[in-house]
Amino acid sequence: MTDPRQSPTETILASLPRRRRAEARFHFYGIAAIGIALAFLILLIGAIGHQGIGAFSQTEIALDVTLDESVLDPSGTRDPETLSTANYRAVVRAALGEIFPDAVRKRRDRRKLTALVSVGAGFELREQVLENPGLIGRTMRVWAPADDEVDMLFKGVTARDSGRFTEKQLGWLDRLEAEDRIRSAFNWRFFSNGDSREPELAGILGAMSGSFFALMTCLVLSFPLGVMAAIYLEEFAPRNRWTDLVEININNLAAVPSIVFGLLGLAAFLGFMGMARSAPLVGGMVLALMTLPTIIIVTRASLGAVPPSIREAAIGLGASRMQAMLHHTLPLATPGIMTGTIIGMARALGELAPLIMIGMVAFIVDVPQGPLDPASALPVQVYIWADSPERAFAEKTAAAIIVLLAFLVVMNLTAVILRRRFERRW
Amino acid sequence: MDMSPSTIRPKLTARGVNVFYDDAHALKQVDLDIRAHEVTALIGPSGCGKSTFLRCLNRMNDLIDICRVDGDIRLDGEDIYDPAVDLVYLRARIGMVFQKPNPFPKSIHDNVAYGPKIHGLARSRAEMDEIVASSLERAGLWEEVKDRLDAPATGLSGGQQQRLCIARAIAVRPEVILMDEPCSSLDPIATARIEALMDELKQNFTIVIVTHSMQQAARVSQRTAFFHLGDLVEVGDTDTVFTQPVDPRTESYISGRIG
Repeated sequence: MTDPRQSPTETILASLPRRRRAEARFHFYGIAAIGIALAFLILLIGAIGHQGIGAFSQTEIALDVTLDESVLDPSGTRDPETLSTANYRAVVRAALGEIFPDAVRKRRDRRKLTALVSVGAGFELREQVLENPGLIGRTMRVWAPADDEVDMLFKGVTARDSGRFTEKQLGWLDRLEAEDRIRSAFNWRFFSNGDSREPELAGILGAMSGSFFALMTCLVLSFPLGVMAAIYLEEFAPRNRWTDLVEININNLAAVPSIVFGLLGLAAFLGFMGMARSAPLVGGMVLALMTLPTIIIVTRASLGAVPPSIREAAIGLGASRMQAMLHHTLPLATPGIMTGTIIGMARALGELAPLIMIGMVAFIVDVPQGPLDPASALPVQVYIWADSPERAFAEKTAAAIIVLLAFLVVMNLTAVILRRRFERRW
Repeated sequence: MDMSPSTIRPKLTARGVNVFYDDAHALKQVDLDIRAHEVTALIGPSGCGKSTFLRCLNRMNDLIDICRVDGDIRLDGEDIYDPAVDLVYLRARIGMVFQKPNPFPKSIHDNVAYGPKIHGLARSRAEMDEIVASSLERAGLWEEVKDRLDAPATGLSGGQQQRLCIARAIAVRPEVILMDEPCSSLDPIATARIEALMDELKQNFTIVIVTHSMQQAARVSQRTAFFHLGDLVEVGDTDTVFTQPVDPRTESYISGRIG
């Protein structure tokens, strides 16, 4: 209790140390909170980066392949049909046989030897020959992708004595290494291939295209609809029970779990409207449903943040409400609207649950060429790979997360830059 | 007193005007005539309804959802609250300058050109430049900004911004200009400039000004209306209102006892 005889100055002076201590404690709590958050962030990025960095390189084996005409094109017509169905695997096997003539005598050894090179080696040869049939009959050195187990061995993930290789296989690999026929190269296949059962061939391009088409659909639908709805609600709608109800519902929709939107999409787009399963178009529509409330809320907030004096000035000059909105309020609110939209899009990019419901979780090898082709998406790819048994998919999973995070960072940075660039002061 | 025809027939007439904000009765049975080519000052303590009345004259109150206006307000004999009245046309005839300078965050030129542009008053770029130049000149701002018409208007000083807003209003060539405490955020020098400007502008426009400063009302206006708690207490020639007020409330306000 304060002594009533004390003067106010003394009371205040007496309370100062306590207040200063409280201030310092508060300061410390804030720094501690930021510190913990940063530590977790670093841990997360560090762990994913450490695990995923391996996926960006690939062990390759040098083979001197002879593109034997008698094997690939016995009739000599260079017919693309024949060329694409030819047995390139045999060419690869022959090239291996030249390095290890003893090994190919026994059928079992031959299979063990061929298993060291990915089946993708044959596919890649086929691509090259189809592109340039003049290669037939020539001998050339190609760097073929190693099988994922070999890749894991050279990356140090599996040990030599793990039992995954026979003594003979290890011997062959040692000889290949001694002959400088093994290298670690940048894994361009990761960025140019679709999904695959073979980890060394699995790439992220299909998922990226799927995400791209879905996001474009989402943007094209939700941006104009959201902005229009927000403009009407903010500027033209009367304030009554109905608009209150609409407003409450929009706010509630923004908080609805995304899987519910997935269910809605399943029922409405696939069930009722009979649209294609697994199509990015439908995925984008579901994501648009999910993003729409966010865009409406952000747009209304941005419009509301424009000082009313600007609008009054325009209306006082005889501008109609629409002119005041289009000429003044909307341009001033644009940076906020764009920022909100990009952040909404970033959220949609990372969304998995609604895509599960409409069948975008599927093993799809072909890279989609349009919004109607079956596709997966980046988060879906992460989910599928994380679920795969091969050890090599672990690093692919982390690498897919890195790609996803990179896109999110780029989108959020764009939002920040737009905000800085176009923000106007009044 | 000047008895030329223009001063006999009022430019704006208000009869029995009542304004409600929800249930609050903000303006009660106001009858007021505003004569052409004069400056009419609306004075009174805060919350007396003078700004509310001003905003009734160009229907700016329509923007406020909870506001309801009853009564009869006529511009040159036409009822401005007639449902057939086009608000765009009305506000082109009755311009407004606000309390706080509110230039658009655009260039000086574009600020002045905005009104003529939306109303299609200029047929060519040269004509527009001419309107911009003459409006800025009449607002007494031309000499200061003629070399930087493309500079952002928000970079001007407060007094310059307010003169820009006046230029922007007169660029539409309205018949009436409403000014809602136009000098309240300005320093005395800027205020003096705007007061001098009003004196000039009244030759071409009818001006209604809301002001908190009685000295300002006395300096610039020919007629003064005193509002108190939603009532129009007294209206008359400025000299008469300030020297021989009829109502005791007017007298108390003027001598500084209320307000």
